[in-house]
Amino acid sequence: MARKQNNTITWDTFSEGLWRENPVFAMLLGMCPVLAVTNSAINALAMGVATTFVLLASGILISLLRRQIPKQVRIATYIVIIATFVTIVDYSIQAISLDLYNALGAFIQLIVVNCMILGRAEAYASKNRPLKAFVNALGMGAGFTFALLCLGVVREVLGAGKLFGFDLFGPQFEPWVVMVLPAGGFIVLGAWLLLFEWFKQRKALSESEAVVEAR
Amino acid sequence: MNYESLSFIFLNAVLANNFVLALFLGLCPFLGVSGKLNTAVPMGLATMFVMLVSSVCAYGINIVLVGLDIEFLRLIAYIVVIASAVQLVEMTLKKFSPGLFRALGIFLPLITTNCAILGLALFQTFKEYDFLQSLVYALGAGTGFILAIMLMAGLREKLELSNLPSVTQGAAVSLMLGGLLSLSFMGFAGLGGQ
Repeated sequence: MARKQNNTITWDTFSEGLWRENPVFAMLLGMCPVLAVTNSAINALAMGVATTFVLLASGILISLLRRQIPKQVRIATYIVIIATFVTIVDYSIQAISLDLYNALGAFIQLIVVNCMILGRAEAYASKNRPLKAFVNALGMGAGFTFALLCLGVVREVLGAGKLFGFDLFGPQFEPWVVMVLPAGGFIVLGAWLLLFEWFKQRKALSESEAVVEAR
Repeated sequence: MNYESLSFIFLNAVLANNFVLALFLGLCPFLGVSGKLNTAVPMGLATMFVMLVSSVCAYGINIVLVGLDIEFLRLIAYIVVIASAVQLVEMTLKKFSPGLFRALGIFLPLITTNCAILGLALFQTFKEYDFLQSLVYALGAGTGFILAIMLMAGLREKLELSNLPSVTQGAAVSLMLGGLLSLSFMGFAGLGGQ
């Protein structure tokens, strides 16, 4: 068990967001940016990092203020805190790379309404100490970025024949244009989910049967 | 100032740039509440109502923000307005239709985090629509949302009766259906596109 800074924080605090409760593949949260900005790997990565930052910052602040925020207005408070950090990210990306800002468009500002962030604030940060909330948010953010990259890589390779902007297949490759179009986003995510479901069922099957039948 | 005609804005928001199927906004309720037609339609109507209210409010707020030169507060101001509008819808539904209120469940407060609504408010600001244009845009976006969620609910009701392999249980097959719907909506792109 690595990463044991505190007896309440375990490796699981971090890793549950990465795999078992992956926000995209397991819980289907925050779908809009997942499908909208993953037409290339670099956009997917930028979106993942921006979302992770908001997740971390809002998680820490909400966790620090969890005793001060009255129960009745907590959702509104969370949203205002999240919106503040999103505004910071929005202006930072605009300052760092205008190309990226134009490619991501309104979806940076739409991080505010990413249900994953509000969901983590409500379910985790408001109930745990700042350090634990931080570790968990880091895991969730990493899981989210991983999922975005899964989609972004597949869609860029198939849809443009490139990866992070480098040509992979040479000029004779005919790109599957549908993959970078909206329809491709739905189909690729559906295919990933099918794959994971298949793995899960196979694992469950092999666990339930003590002796695997050979056909 | 933007000089697009009202009919163009409406058709564009309903078909060519459908909020759900082309712009990927509002996917959570699209996947979450589209199991049955008789919850999908009220959900669509509630979303459309919130869209109209928040569009009008966002238009007013933007004038104030620009006037005071504090546009960096736009995001925070919009989201607070939307949250209030959702609260209004929730209270109205609870009073007049408790059955429906229970059927929609958690997805009703989650309209707040429906990106279609914040997206609408932001897009109308970016596109510099005037008051009437904003209203028509909201109407079109709402109609497009209802159209998409109804189509999806109809398909999924049929799907319940069909015999699927066990792997495709759950969200994967809904996403595939969404992909097919999105493909067919690409046929409308000739109407206007971006």
